[in-house]
Amino acid sequence: MADHPSQLIACQYCDLLQREIPLNPGCSASCSRCGAVLYRNATDSINRTLAYTLAGAVLFVVANVFPIFSIEMQGDRAGINLYGAVRSLWDQQMESISLLVLITAILVPAIELISMLCLLLPLKFGRVPAGYTVFMRTLQYVEPWGMVEVLLLGVLVSLVKLTNSFKVIPGIALWSFALLTLLLAAAAASFSARDVWARLDREKGTRVSR
Amino acid sequence: MSGKAVTAAGRDLCSCHVCNLVSRWQPSAGPAYCPRCGATLHMRKPGSVARCWALLIAAYILYVPANLLVIMETGSFISYRKDTIVSGVVHLWQTGSWMIAVIVFIASVIIPLLKLISLTLLLVSVQRRSRWRPKQRTRLYRMVELVGRWSMLDIYVVTLLAALVQLGSMATVKAGPGAVAFGAVVVLTMLAAMQFDPRLIWDPFQNEEIND
Repeated sequence: MADHPSQLIACQYCDLLQREIPLNPGCSASCSRCGAVLYRNATDSINRTLAYTLAGAVLFVVANVFPIFSIEMQGDRAGINLYGAVRSLWDQQMESISLLVLITAILVPAIELISMLCLLLPLKFGRVPAGYTVFMRTLQYVEPWGMVEVLLLGVLVSLVKLTNSFKVIPGIALWSFALLTLLLAAAAASFSARDVWARLDREKGTRVSR
Repeated sequence: MSGKAVTAAGRDLCSCHVCNLVSRWQPSAGPAYCPRCGATLHMRKPGSVARCWALLIAAYILYVPANLLVIMETGSFISYRKDTIVSGVVHLWQTGSWMIAVIVFIASVIIPLLKLISLTLLLVSVQRRSRWRPKQRTRLYRMVELVGRWSMLDIYVVTLLAALVQLGSMATVKAGPGAVAFGAVVVLTMLAAMQFDPRLIWDPFQNEEIND
């Protein structure tokens, strides 16, 4: 029993082998050697993450369609949206930066939201999602590159820089990005990969041993 | 655990980097796959130190043009200026936006520098099989992982301001070559941090007593 691998957990930071213990809701287990978080007991993980993700997906569309801010000059008003900014950087022969922004601010968050939905919606209705390993792996690899919260700070800094010389009107997308940042943080906090794997194992009706 | 640290590697067990499942490690049987998710299993990230060094050295080299070259040109009727990262921060400070100046200074100057130094320290200590403060070094690594993304701030600011050209000839903002180098430094240091395997910090302690 003591050596049964599926009940053991190895710290991802220091490789210390430890036995899993049941946790109270909202608590987390830390590695006894290096202090890194091993796993959390996220309450009602799948339902909550799904709710945050669905709301996030709606806001993501709004944030990308509407202008982030508009500038008024001599009665003319011009709005700037994220994709437009990426495009104009591309037109200035700054293709690499333009691509970097496109990937980190638009593509990766979209991929994250889509993978999350493809994974959690079927699970919610008691089915095993097709190609779930692909989605789980994608979520893990892509996670460090999604930078909506940094983008939000970037928007605020640019607003301050612009108000020195222009009349700037905040757009709908600005508020959407702010809410999207909160929702993505909430989704990340309630998502527990460990719970999803456990649920997948149960749905497949197979116990993984060795 | 009674003071004796047992690692997965010490028991011939390997934890999957995708799903964290601990499974038995058979080195002779060729490439091993996780029984649950099918990912290739590795005891430690392959070639971790060499890859991390390569990316880090590239980042060091690009750090020079990133700081010396112009990242943004701003022009309007009254003024025309070319800013590097540091001169941009100084300009913000002088025009009275202290808060923003501090935020940009931390994100664009302090964080990249700390990342380069921290990763160098981690790599050197791991290569020398140092036993010096493993807990603090692990924490340092986690901080590097967590904080690295915020350096992208300046890239986003340049992107959003560059969109002003859509407004015609009144004001122009152009991204400069420094932005490309700076973006590359951010990406390279993030990749370097991903290649580093923090378990290497603890490996010199294997099969040894650890006094809390």
